[in-house]
Amino acid sequence: MNAAGSIVGTRAIGGCDPEAAICARGIVRDFEAGQSTIRVLHGIDCDIRPGEMTYIVGESGSGKTTLISIMCGILYPTAGEVRVFGTDIYKLSDSDLVRFRLHNIGFIFQQYNLIPSIDAAANAAVPLIAQGVPREEARERAKVLLERLNIGDQADKLPRQLSGGQQQRVAIARALVHAPRLVVCDEPTAALDASSGRRVMDLLREVAIAPDRACIIVTHDNRIFDLADRIIALEDGRITHDGTAMPDDH
Amino acid sequence: MLWIAIRMLTGDAQKFYGLLFGIGFSTLLITQQMTIFINLIERGASGVFNAPEAQVWVMDPVSRTTDVSFPMPATALDKVRSVEGVEWAVPHLRAAANVRTKEGDLEGVAVIGVDDATLIGLPKRMVAGDKTVLFAPDSVVIDDVGTTRLFSDGGQALGERLELNDQRAVIRGIADAIPSFTSQVVLYTRYSNALNYVPGTRNRMTFVLAGVREGESPQAVAARIEKETGLKAQTHDEFARAGINFIIENTGIPTNFGITVFLGFVVGVAIVGLTFSLFLRDNIKQFGALKAIGVTNGKIVQMVAVQAGLVGLIGYALGVVGTVLFLKAFGGNPFFKGFYIPWQIPLISLAAVVVILAITGFIAIRSVLKTEPAAVFR
Repeated sequence: MNAAGSIVGTRAIGGCDPEAAICARGIVRDFEAGQSTIRVLHGIDCDIRPGEMTYIVGESGSGKTTLISIMCGILYPTAGEVRVFGTDIYKLSDSDLVRFRLHNIGFIFQQYNLIPSIDAAANAAVPLIAQGVPREEARERAKVLLERLNIGDQADKLPRQLSGGQQQRVAIARALVHAPRLVVCDEPTAALDASSGRRVMDLLREVAIAPDRACIIVTHDNRIFDLADRIIALEDGRITHDGTAMPDDH
Repeated sequence: MLWIAIRMLTGDAQKFYGLLFGIGFSTLLITQQMTIFINLIERGASGVFNAPEAQVWVMDPVSRTTDVSFPMPATALDKVRSVEGVEWAVPHLRAAANVRTKEGDLEGVAVIGVDDATLIGLPKRMVAGDKTVLFAPDSVVIDDVGTTRLFSDGGQALGERLELNDQRAVIRGIADAIPSFTSQVVLYTRYSNALNYVPGTRNRMTFVLAGVREGESPQAVAARIEKETGLKAQTHDEFARAGINFIIENTGIPTNFGITVFLGFVVGVAIVGLTFSLFLRDNIKQFGALKAIGVTNGKIVQMVAVQAGLVGLIGYALGVVGTVLFLKAFGGNPFFKGFYIPWQIPLISLAAVVVILAITGFIAIRSVLKTEPAAVFR
């Protein structure tokens, strides 16, 4: 273990930790680029533990988005296996994988991707509606979460009537409304100033972290690195650091 | 999710109204043009429809329609009457003539001579006057559309004297008649009067109208007439169909209307296709996010189908209502007199709308289905 608490290599070998929320082994991902093939991930092994806010960091092109996409079941790996709460997700059928995501994973996208023509409560209720929960019941449950995120009074407003920070909170509510066991955030602070970014991360920690829930955040915003429980750094498709803080030389 | 799909669609007002316009305009064009086409070609049979009592029309073998006919000798009437199964038979004359109006204008008219005794051959209903006015000397009944042609200044038709092929004719009644294909003025008079009005040739009787005895079918009697007299005999429906076919075969109308209907379809595909593709492309990130969250491709297809169905239903309704309003608005115009929308036409328009939406929806949805959920992280 180095000064920054790095445990590079030590968790990469062996089977899955039974307590792990995500256990990824030997993840390889290639992309076709014309005649050539580009390998973006080179045999990644990593575990994500519940109850922690885990950052995946790295420069653009390091493979962090590809890794997170594979770990949350929206991009098939070229090789390797991923277990999410014990389920080998890429052995599921397509429809089962989609259903698995719907019930177990919450997403917060960098650009929020809220539906512009439905109000905040309905946007936050989308996963529940997709699960088949009656619309009014789903809205009520979403409103409770919006209250918790301090934007209960904005529940009936359309996304365009909300500030960027408020839209971000609606996106957080949408990610958590169905009580998923895994929350995945893509650059949650990229569009926010430093203080807003920290507020959002504090809020996320408050509402998204639970003993039985894992939270993965993909970011290259070093202003919020100190808020992480664990940081996994990627470089050229390989894990170069895995610890509780970033090493000084990063 | 379907509610969300509808809100996504209606929330983008510009594209929503664009789609409604595309479908509505396409439906209007297809429905309205087909309606005009059907009503117009049915006027090729107006002469038959205006003489509803005649169950069988007997004519020279070369005659084709009420307007394309060759006169027969007067003896044809007796021949027809002698055929077994014929209940009654009356002479019918159709000829062209010229009228000098009070203003001194020249107007080509069709003179129809109906049976002197029974007045069979006259339209069923009268707008003004009684059928019996024809028993008065020099009496003619004009068709209602004809009054707008001869008296376009709004003048009173009843009682007016006309110079009909150098003969005196007095309008004593107005018939509620289906206009002819050319909307020509039609003057009805008794057969014996008509013989005076039209230039004399040896044969002048153009048709024999016949009724069949109870228990006989018009088809069987017509066949018997043909066999026994050597004349051509067609039932009411067959002769009406022949009039319509003549228009279809001898004019460019089907082609022209067909082109317009096709253009309506193409315009629909173009406007709807473009707008729908733009709408889905604008929402591609939202659809990508939904797919990542866990909405299946099948549900996405349902969402797009509901969106297409909604614009299709509203746009189609607008198009059909537009056609109805068009016919109402122009109902007073003699050209559109009696125009109606046959029930088959809205069904054909509906099928066209479904095809338009199926084609455009299929093209547009491919981009959504091809979108990888992982794209939302890029």
